[in-house]
Amino acid sequence: MTSLKATLRQAFSQINRNKMMTTASLFSITAILLVLGIFFVVIVNINSMSQDIKRDFDQIQVNLYDSVTAEQSADMMNQINAMQGVADVAYQTRETALENWKEKWGENADLLDRMPTNPLPNAILINLTDIAYAKTIVAAVSKINGIENISYSQDTVDKLLRLTRMIQIVSLVVIIVLVAISITVVSNTIKLTVLAREREIVIMRYIGATNWFIRGPFLLEGIVIGVIAAVISAAAIGFLYYYAVGHLGVDFALLMPTGFVPLPFLIENLFIIFVALGVSIGACGSIISMRRFLGR
Amino acid sequence: MIEYKNVSKKYGKNIGVADINVRIDDGEFVFLVGPSGAGKSTFVKLLLKMIDADKGSIMYNGYDVAKLTPRMVPRHRRSMGIVFQDFSLLPKKTVFENVAFAMEIVQRPYRTIQRQVPQVLELVGISAEANKYPTEISIGEQQRVAIARAIMNNPDVLIADEPTGNLDPDTGWEIMRLLEQVNRRGTTVLMVTHSREIVNAMNKRVVAIKDGRLVRDELGGFYHPEEDDDPSPAQAKTEGALPL
Repeated sequence: MTSLKATLRQAFSQINRNKMMTTASLFSITAILLVLGIFFVVIVNINSMSQDIKRDFDQIQVNLYDSVTAEQSADMMNQINAMQGVADVAYQTRETALENWKEKWGENADLLDRMPTNPLPNAILINLTDIAYAKTIVAAVSKINGIENISYSQDTVDKLLRLTRMIQIVSLVVIIVLVAISITVVSNTIKLTVLAREREIVIMRYIGATNWFIRGPFLLEGIVIGVIAAVISAAAIGFLYYYAVGHLGVDFALLMPTGFVPLPFLIENLFIIFVALGVSIGACGSIISMRRFLGR
Repeated sequence: MIEYKNVSKKYGKNIGVADINVRIDDGEFVFLVGPSGAGKSTFVKLLLKMIDADKGSIMYNGYDVAKLTPRMVPRHRRSMGIVFQDFSLLPKKTVFENVAFAMEIVQRPYRTIQRQVPQVLELVGISAEANKYPTEISIGEQQRVAIARAIMNNPDVLIADEPTGNLDPDTGWEIMRLLEQVNRRGTTVLMVTHSREIVNAMNKRVVAIKDGRLVRDELGGFYHPEEDDDPSPAQAKTEGALPL
C-alpha cells in the first residue's frame, strides 16, 4: 500500500512537473484515437446496414397496387403458397410497413413523420426455403395480375454485400495501420520524456531502486494520459456524431436502408475501446521506451 | 567488508582494471586515487554491480557480488550510499524530496520518512533549504543534500566519487568533515579523489591505481604526484565522475 501510494504520488507530480511532454503525449494519443473513432463509427454503421440488407433481401417483397382488394390479395397468397420453394407467405399493410421502417430508425424515426403521406404500398412477403428458388418464384409471381412490382434483386444484394465487405476490410486495414503508427508515435513521444529524465533513471538505479519502482510512475503516467485521451476523444466523437446525424436530415437518411446506429450504444462501446486502446498505447509506449535504460 | 580478488575488467581492448587485490574492512576510511582513466570508476562500478568483472571475485558482506541475481541487485546497492561528483540530485524534486526518495525506494512508511528526513537534513546542516529545488541552492549545499541522501538508510559503505571535485577548497573541507563524521558513526567510507591537499591532510589509507593496476596501498598514505597526470579541472569534471 505504501509503495502504491508513493508511486501514485510520484506519477502525478511527474505529470505536473513535465507539462510539456505530458501535453505532447496527450495530443498525439487523442489525435490518433479521434481518427480511429471516425473509422469505427463508419464501420459500425456499415455493419448494421449490411445486416439489414441481408435480412430484407432474403425475402421477396411483392408490392401490390392500391386498387387490389383484400379478397384478391388473399387469393394471390394462396397461389404463391402453392409454389415450390415457398416457406411461408405473409401480408403486410402499408401502415405496418411504415411502423417497421420507423422502428428500424429508432431515435431518428421522427424524421419520417415529416413526410406528408405514407409512400409505402401494401405488400405480400414471401420467405423462401432456399434462396436458389428465388428466380423461378419471381418469374412465376410476376405473371399474377395486380402486382405493381417485385422487390427482389439478388445481383444488387450481392453487389451491396460485396461493397460493404470491401469497405469493412479497407477500414480494418486502416485501423491496424493507424494503431501501429500510434504506438510508434506515442512510444517516441514517451521516449523523449524518458530521455529527458535519463539522468533521473540512472540515479535511481545507482541508489538501488528496483526496475519496477522506476517504471511504475512512468507506466502510471502513460496510463493516466491514455485514459484522459480516451475521455476527450470519445466525447469529441460523440458530439460530432450527434451533430452529424441531426444535420444530415431526411434527404440523406431516406437513401439508407436503415437508420444510424444509436448514439448511446455507439459511445458506450467506443469509450470502452478507447480506454483499452489509450491505456495499452500509453503503457506499451512507456515500457518500450524505457527498456534500454533498465539493463538490469 | 569488501574484498577484491584478482579482479579484471576490459572494455573491448581497453583495460578497465587488471588483477586487483584489495581488502577493505568495516569502518575504514579509504582514498582511491590515481590519474584520469586509471580505473577508479571501473573499481566503483564493479562494486555497485553496474558492470560485471571478467575475472576474479568481489566479496561484499559475505557474498559474491558476481553471483547476485538481477532481483537482488537493488538490495545490494541500497546497502551502500553513493555521492557523485556532480551531486546527481533529481532536479524536479525539492531537497526534502530528494532525500526522502532514498527512503521511498526502500518502501519506508510515509510517517517514518516525514520524521527522519528533517533529522538527517539537520545533521548535514541544510534544514533551512528543505523546500528549495537543487538549482536554488549553492553547490556546496547540493553536495550536502547528496550526502544526506546517501546516509539516509544507514548504509554499510559510503562511496564518494570525487565529492569535492567541483567545490572550492573551503566548501571541500566542510564536506570532508561531514564524511569523517559519517565514518565515525561506523560507516565504511570509500572516496575517489584527485585532491592532493585533502589526501595529504587527512592521513588515511590510500589505495592508488594506475593503468588499471593497484600500484600502492598504504595506511596514512600521501598523494604521490608522480602517480598523477594532474588533469585540468575541466577534464577532471568530465572524466572523473561516474557516467551520468
